[in-house]
Amino acid sequence: MSTITAAPPPPTTVRPPVAARRPPNPLAALRLVVLVVGALIMITPFAYMVATSFKAQAYVLTYPPQFIPRPATLANYQQALSSEDFPRYFLNSMLVAVAATAISLLLSSMMAYAFARFRFPGRELLFRIVLLGLMVPAMMLIIPQFVLAKYLHLIDSLAGLVVFYVAGSLALNTFLLRSFFAGIPAELDQAMEVDGAGAWSRYWRLILPLSRPALATATIFTFLACWDEFPWALTLINTPSKRTLPMAIDLFHGQNATQWGLVFAASTIAVIPVLVVFLVFQRHFVQGLATGAVKG
Amino acid sequence: MSVIAARAGEASATAGASPVLHRARRRRIPITPYLFLAPGFVVFLALIIYPTLRAFQMSLYDWKIVANASSTFLGLDNYIKAFHDPHFYTSLVNSAVYMLCTVPPQIVIGLVIASLLQSHAPARPLFRVLYYLPVVTSWVVVSLLFTYLFADDGLVNYALSDVLHLTDQVSWLSNRWTAMAAICALGVWKGIGWSMMIFIAALQGVPKDLVEAATADGAGRWQRFKAVTLPAIWPSGVFVTVMLVIGGLNVFTSVYLMTGGGPAGQTDVLLTYMYSLAFDDLNFGYGSAIAMLLTVCVFLLSLAQLRLFSARAEAAAR
Repeated sequence: MSTITAAPPPPTTVRPPVAARRPPNPLAALRLVVLVVGALIMITPFAYMVATSFKAQAYVLTYPPQFIPRPATLANYQQALSSEDFPRYFLNSMLVAVAATAISLLLSSMMAYAFARFRFPGRELLFRIVLLGLMVPAMMLIIPQFVLAKYLHLIDSLAGLVVFYVAGSLALNTFLLRSFFAGIPAELDQAMEVDGAGAWSRYWRLILPLSRPALATATIFTFLACWDEFPWALTLINTPSKRTLPMAIDLFHGQNATQWGLVFAASTIAVIPVLVVFLVFQRHFVQGLATGAVKG
Repeated sequence: MSVIAARAGEASATAGASPVLHRARRRRIPITPYLFLAPGFVVFLALIIYPTLRAFQMSLYDWKIVANASSTFLGLDNYIKAFHDPHFYTSLVNSAVYMLCTVPPQIVIGLVIASLLQSHAPARPLFRVLYYLPVVTSWVVVSLLFTYLFADDGLVNYALSDVLHLTDQVSWLSNRWTAMAAICALGVWKGIGWSMMIFIAALQGVPKDLVEAATADGAGRWQRFKAVTLPAIWPSGVFVTVMLVIGGLNVFTSVYLMTGGGPAGQTDVLLTYMYSLAFDDLNFGYGSAIAMLLTVCVFLLSLAQLRLFSARAEAAAR
């Protein structure tokens, strides 16, 4: 599946007439039922979460559980948005995720470009070292990274989060992008080279624009990983004003052990950027996954 | 994982996909690739590779986090300690159980859903998004959500006891195995969409003419699957399995938030145990040793899987 297509595959509604005229059969109905049931299982927890976010505290643990809150209230959202620097936590997460994603994509695409487009001594060795990063579980490194952060005076700083998030995502992004870049025909590079374009120009004006699916995939992965990251933020950040969203949500749970409405209001707010990023990029996403994972 | 990818790297290198810079009679080594590599690689070396080596070093000491305190060299004592530590075995068993209970369902169900979403399925993009939603949601959010669902008065108990009349109320998170069941349920629920996506892409790559030829030869659904589809999606299946096993053994946030490893460390997995050793007991050396043992496990398992599955793929290709 090494095709570079300028546009995503056509939607499934375009079909040859023969297939469209097939009479409805029980197997297709069964399939639809299974799909719908499965989708419901995927969605129900979320629906329940959003529903609960509109419940007043007293109704949160009623039995039987309410699916439709009666009475519904916006109090949780008001409290989440106005209390305890919640908007600040949102901003912290946004800053960190955007910065880390941008830097990581830049650095990893540069590395991927070097690995995909050049031959040089040590290339295989260096690439294998990058792959080693994929094998090493991130959690295992928390301890030495904490010690290192202490040494670099990055403890309790958002910059410390950004720096380590970038480092943690480099291996996967480089791997994904490299296999994509390698699939871009070399003739295009050569054509530009004949016209006098240097390596940076080719990188910036040829390879990157052609790699939208892979870049979109890498963006989604990295942004999500940074937005949702919990253990490292928990370890590194002490000052309340520097907390990220996952930490804040966990705190709502800890301090107010039974204020589920509040927890879920905060969670719903936290999920929105994720949905936005995913929906915006998802057109490219499957294609990017295909080339990265299936080939890789 | 690295073996597959390394082979892929070599394959694309020798396939001539990368143009050698055409300057006449080049002898000198081009500096450009190194310039492109440098920024990312420096960060990578400093913040990933160096800590990896340090993790190993720390595991050999009784590591003191306070500056200027000297750490006692222990050699392999931390590792020997692990083998005599019942808590270590508990967390090892829990990690293995989690992995064994979450990986196969994710693969099978993901594959089933992916094949159901092949041609002619209505509203395909919508279903894809819905199934993928749990994957992109934060572990923190879904862990708390499932804690709420599995609460004593929660939705799961309600569904099981009052709606389906299957059982009395269960206090899920208070006992080891029911808590593990809840944690595993979360793991499967969250991951199905991911493997589904990979399999969707892989199934699109199955050569259609082979499928038609098999059908023309009178092969039934299952035979078609075994003979044509399965070999075609095998590499993706291997990728999914390896990644899921790695992910499963590295579970942390869901266990940490749902049970905290409790009660009394009975639902600890290897990483939550490591974390509590390091940041609750301040026993960094021993914690690092646990982490290294986990890494070695993951590495050996991945290697074994790749060996095993590559051999099968070659046999199937014959």
